[in-house]
Amino acid sequence: MAIECLVLGAGQEIGKSCAVVTINGKRIMFDCGMHMGYDDHRRYPDFSLISKSRDFDNAIDCIIITHFHLDHVGALPFFTEVCGYRGPIYMTYPTKALAPLMLEDYRKVMVERRGEEEQFTSDNISECMKKVIAVDLKQTVQVDKDLQIRAYYAGHVLGAAMVYAKVGDSAMVYTGDYNMTPDRHLGAAQIDRLQLDLLITESTYATTVRDSKYAREREFLKAVHQCVAAGGKVLIPTFALGRAQELCILLDDYWERMNLRVPIYFSAGLTIQANMYYKMLISWTSQKVKETYATHNAFDFKNVRNFDRSLIDAPGPCVLFATPGMISGGFSLEVFKRWAPSEMNLITLPGYCVAGTIGHKLMSGKPTKIVLDKDNQVDVRCQIHQLSFSPHTDAKGIMDLVKFLSPQHVILVHGEKPKMASLKKKIHSELGITCYDPANNESVYIPSTNYVKAGASDAFMQSCMNPNFKFLKRGSEEIPNASIQRCTKALSPLQVSDERVVEGILIMEKSKKAKVVHQDELLLKLGAKRHEVQFAYCCPVSVEKLEKTATTDLTPATNVSSVTDKCILIKKLFTKLSSEFSVGDFRNLGEYIRLESFQASICSKDSCPYRITNSFQNKSKAVFFCCTWSGPDEKLAWKIISTLENAI
Amino acid sequence: MKFTCLSKGGGSNFPPCYILDFGGFRVLFDCPIDFSALTIFSPVPTDFDDIINEETSDCAAHKSSDAETVAQKRRKLEKPLDVNDLICAEPWYKTVNNLHLWNVSFIDIVLISSPVGMLGLPFLTQIKGFSAKMYVTEAAARIGQLMMEDLVSMHMEYRQFYGLEESTAPEWMKWEELELLPSALRNIALGKDGAEIGGWMPLYSAAHVKDCMSKVQTLKYAEETCYNGTLIIKAISSGLEIGACNWIINSPKGNISYISGSIFFSGHAMDFNYHALQGCDLILYSDFSSLDSTEDIDQSSLSNESSNWEELSKSLSNCEESSKEMEKLDFICSCAIDSVKAGGSVLIPVNRVGVILQLLEQIVMFLESSSLKIPIYIVSSIAEELLAYTNVIPEWLCKQRLEKLFSGEPLFAHIDLIKEKKIHVFPAVHSPKLIINWQEPCIVFSPHWSLRLGPTVHLLRRWRGDHNSLLVLENEVDADLALLPFTPMSMKVLQCSFLSGIKPQKIEPLLKILQPKLVLFPEDLRSHVRFSNINSSSVSYYTENETIHLPRLKESSELEISSDLASQFRWRILKQKNMNITRLKGELLINHGKHQLLSGNDQADPSENKPLLHWGSPDPENLLAELSKMGINGFVERSMTDAGSEEAFTVHVQNPEKALIEVRTEGTIISAPDENLASRIFEAIENILEGI
Ligand SMILES: [Zn+2]
Ligand SMILES: [Zn+2]
Repeated sequence: MAIECLVLGAGQEIGKSCAVVTINGKRIMFDCGMHMGYDDHRRYPDFSLISKSRDFDNAIDCIIITHFHLDHVGALPFFTEVCGYRGPIYMTYPTKALAPLMLEDYRKVMVERRGEEEQFTSDNISECMKKVIAVDLKQTVQVDKDLQIRAYYAGHVLGAAMVYAKVGDSAMVYTGDYNMTPDRHLGAAQIDRLQLDLLITESTYATTVRDSKYAREREFLKAVHQCVAAGGKVLIPTFALGRAQELCILLDDYWERMNLRVPIYFSAGLTIQANMYYKMLISWTSQKVKETYATHNAFDFKNVRNFDRSLIDAPGPCVLFATPGMISGGFSLEVFKRWAPSEMNLITLPGYCVAGTIGHKLMSGKPTKIVLDKDNQVDVRCQIHQLSFSPHTDAKGIMDLVKFLSPQHVILVHGEKPKMASLKKKIHSELGITCYDPANNESVYIPSTNYVKAGASDAFMQSCMNPNFKFLKRGSEEIPNASIQRCTKALSPLQVSDERVVEGILIMEKSKKAKVVHQDELLLKLGAKRHEVQFAYCCPVSVEKLEKTATTDLTPATNVSSVTDKCILIKKLFTKLSSEFSVGDFRNLGEYIRLESFQASICSKDSCPYRITNSFQNKSKAVFFCCTWSGPDEKLAWKIISTLENAI
Repeated sequence: MKFTCLSKGGGSNFPPCYILDFGGFRVLFDCPIDFSALTIFSPVPTDFDDIINEETSDCAAHKSSDAETVAQKRRKLEKPLDVNDLICAEPWYKTVNNLHLWNVSFIDIVLISSPVGMLGLPFLTQIKGFSAKMYVTEAAARIGQLMMEDLVSMHMEYRQFYGLEESTAPEWMKWEELELLPSALRNIALGKDGAEIGGWMPLYSAAHVKDCMSKVQTLKYAEETCYNGTLIIKAISSGLEIGACNWIINSPKGNISYISGSIFFSGHAMDFNYHALQGCDLILYSDFSSLDSTEDIDQSSLSNESSNWEELSKSLSNCEESSKEMEKLDFICSCAIDSVKAGGSVLIPVNRVGVILQLLEQIVMFLESSSLKIPIYIVSSIAEELLAYTNVIPEWLCKQRLEKLFSGEPLFAHIDLIKEKKIHVFPAVHSPKLIINWQEPCIVFSPHWSLRLGPTVHLLRRWRGDHNSLLVLENEVDADLALLPFTPMSMKVLQCSFLSGIKPQKIEPLLKILQPKLVLFPEDLRSHVRFSNINSSSVSYYTENETIHLPRLKESSELEISSDLASQFRWRILKQKNMNITRLKGELLINHGKHQLLSGNDQADPSENKPLLHWGSPDPENLLAELSKMGINGFVERSMTDAGSEEAFTVHVQNPEKALIEVRTEGTIISAPDENLASRIFEAIENILEGI
């Protein structure tokens, strides 16, 4: 069987993330996002490609949403309430708690913007969320008998997860958005070393390599401080959750340290209520924030208050967080129109804005005018600060993750086409892993792993545990819970299993499970006795020649019956053979020499039945070595014999 | 595979303890402390200021005990227990005695199923050679650690009073002293057969707790962890407490689940998830709570021998016990209201975190509906942290609480109640804030339920003479003994048992749904549960300290063969036996509880396809025929020496060269002058033998 990955969104673009993967017969939808840059049908993934008959319940086994950003969850209410999908949906606890806030915020913006027809209602959102099953990190969820999923910490935003899915013997990871470096409020992504057929990773910063985040945070704080110190107003357009809380932790902390009194406002969409969620979900934040919750919960902001519309034109400096982000409409657009014309003011924008938004326009070049529609335009004289820190991993982080997981195949999504192409090349050339970057609505097919299942008998298992077999590696206790932070130690290859070469016999009987047994058990089962087939050859060796090879000076062996003499001869032979055959590991066992099944001992019989050769004429000067061996060592045995007979 | 019940415990504060030998590993389940035994000690005298007010100080006078008092004691032997009978010394703590009979360094794994189940862990981690991997859920570890820290801090009062203890065994543990103890106390100290004295341990220190916790591995809900590549271990909610769990151990040799005290519908913790335990080969049933159950089994529900899955799960989803539990909490609240109305105070030294959290919410509601302005105090060194913690672990809470998370409300009401100053939290009775705020009547939650430790001791002394005041006791203590140091008691005492496990009538439907091959069930519960018909399961009954040998769970181990290895198979058909066989060679990988056979690095050598194993018996005529097909001729000489075996013979090959074939029952020896002839003879023999 194969794995099929149908990319319905975020293929060579950012927006409406949605990948439908069929793996050993199970079909999983990873993310169900919407595209902020479009108003038409392109805003949602083309769900008809999943099922022509639109029978989504039978076409899909489950949906997994990685985090609450709209480009990952935005189309979910539409898919469940309008398209009618009723199967299971999984999210982490924070995502289940926070996604409805994002969706509601977005719905309001859509309705307010030119009275656009709603795609889904508030009821749709709450009905949709009722179907969601919340999961904890690392919780192993058995979706059905064959499908197992597990979430890993992804950083990025509160509750963001990378998702592991396993069906039968095939497994994959879909990363969603992730961050490989910790920031003020979230930790870095963390995942176990897993055996994967496929890794689907985001690639927002496919070619960017960033330095420390802290310096860039300071830049942001400096820009805001300078603006308010000069009496200006700072507009921070953000979505209700995520960036707002992250920047707010930064500012609240800075305000405390600098003893600033300038008000920090949250616009109506960004209710302080949202912080309530963050407080309860504090165990999903960074180590530092987590540790202090008992005394002071970091999301109890001291300097933040609610904004009132009348304050837009109030005199004096202030900082305002307003929704939606990227200035795609709503209140942030309203404030933008009023504040943009003054050079005293500052607008901060995230590192990435979706094409089509005002945020995107402001970032491309330095426009002095923004055309809203054919009747309206805004003069832009204010300063623009682009946040240079991002909750996405950079190119090095992506490479680190791919290297750490070493999957059989990689698919890149959630990035920009040219940059993805160069990352794809790099993954292939540096890591030797096949990599794809499909466009939207394209499918990628890769082979899947399958094992043949059999029962194994005790005797077989015992023989496997036999210490005679080589241990390549000592069994370590478990898959390391290695953090994949930028730490070379964590990336060092670590094989966590015992590896032993084992031999046995696989038996298939009609209407019985295949069984692996030890060969002795097979005979027992058949009621048969082993019949050993061996070869024997009594080989004459010239004493003179043997003497020559010996390094130690010895009296000629005229009487070979005494044990010590035998040993001396055997020793000589051993020295000789060891030097002639570099491949084998000859063992001198005193009375005889052995290599694999080949054995040679001195034959003191007068007429040995195996002395059938007539190639040696001068029998009086010969010592006879009786040799035996079995089938598999045939070639080797004859080689040794010819060495003994001729070369010596 | 072996199994021993080390202790059947006693109630939810002292869970049972087991050792299981499975697949070569030794697993210990839980490591609790028996706090009910603490009652043989006298509590510390009250604070120094209060001592002045007390007419008699229990211990201070007693401390200078000499020969005379010993003689007094002896005389009193047969009299009812007296406060002076209690041991006046720094207490030791009673652990599971039978555990000390094992060499703990042979324990590989410790699985903890609840916060109280880990209170004895620091005793183990102190022992040299103990190196077991200890698994605890994240939530249980956090709460358990707080409980240990609280224990250490409460115990400090004894240390301060009695001074540093001598390194040798304390005076009270000497046989002469133990002999003098009244039989009731002696039974607790020594156990019924007098052997349990070895279970007593001096308390660990804060450093020991820290060291222990650093060695514990915490797990998330249903997180899979792999021990030694072979065992996959997973914790699933039991519903008893926040973080309390049942365990699933999967291995190639079979699957085991451990069912501790479990609650189907909890008002705080995530419910007992029994679905996850389905399909296990063995169930280790360790819920003894039915033992305390006074209710009669509803015969009607039992007679209905249903095996219909839906009906079974319906009988499990009957939430009667949880509504009864709520009624119980309401009853406690109404008793508390009665007391405060009469001007008395209420002392609630309950240990169960969930009970405290729910009682807090309920009592505030009761107070409000009776328009009473009575302060609620929580006095405990760990209360602040514990309360804050309970509000940040939605992942371990019941559905109703989770709904609060999704609607953005605090998970428990105490967060707001503390802000509104309806609940006050103080670390200790002598904390300055408490002294400033203190008002009576009041309702106080404080440890410890044994009435020998913590703020409870002080408050009980203060209120014991007030007949309007109320003490709420867990019924896991012997009330007479526990209250002995506080006699005469005018205070009202309400002793209650809280739901701590599966009701007897649910045991059978549960096991029917889970369908294990084998159930290990407590002998003590045998009379409480009638297994009318658990389909295919068989039940083994266990008693304390008896080792049970168990049959293997699976006939054979599971092995996975990689498909590239499988594609190299050369099948050989054994027609008579209707069997296909092939030789198998690969690298064995033990990985995440699975045995996998992968194709090795060495390239498959065609010569390796030659049979290595032969069976059958060559017949001289057949052999000659086969040989002649290959142009080899000779004559047969029957062996004369080996008269017993008819099959023994020798073939003297004449053409193309002289060679010898010696055939015996157990094998054949080929002796030929050159390689070519030898291998042709070999081929001929192979043709008349079977081989692989
Ligand atoms: Zn995102
Ligand atoms: Zn995204």
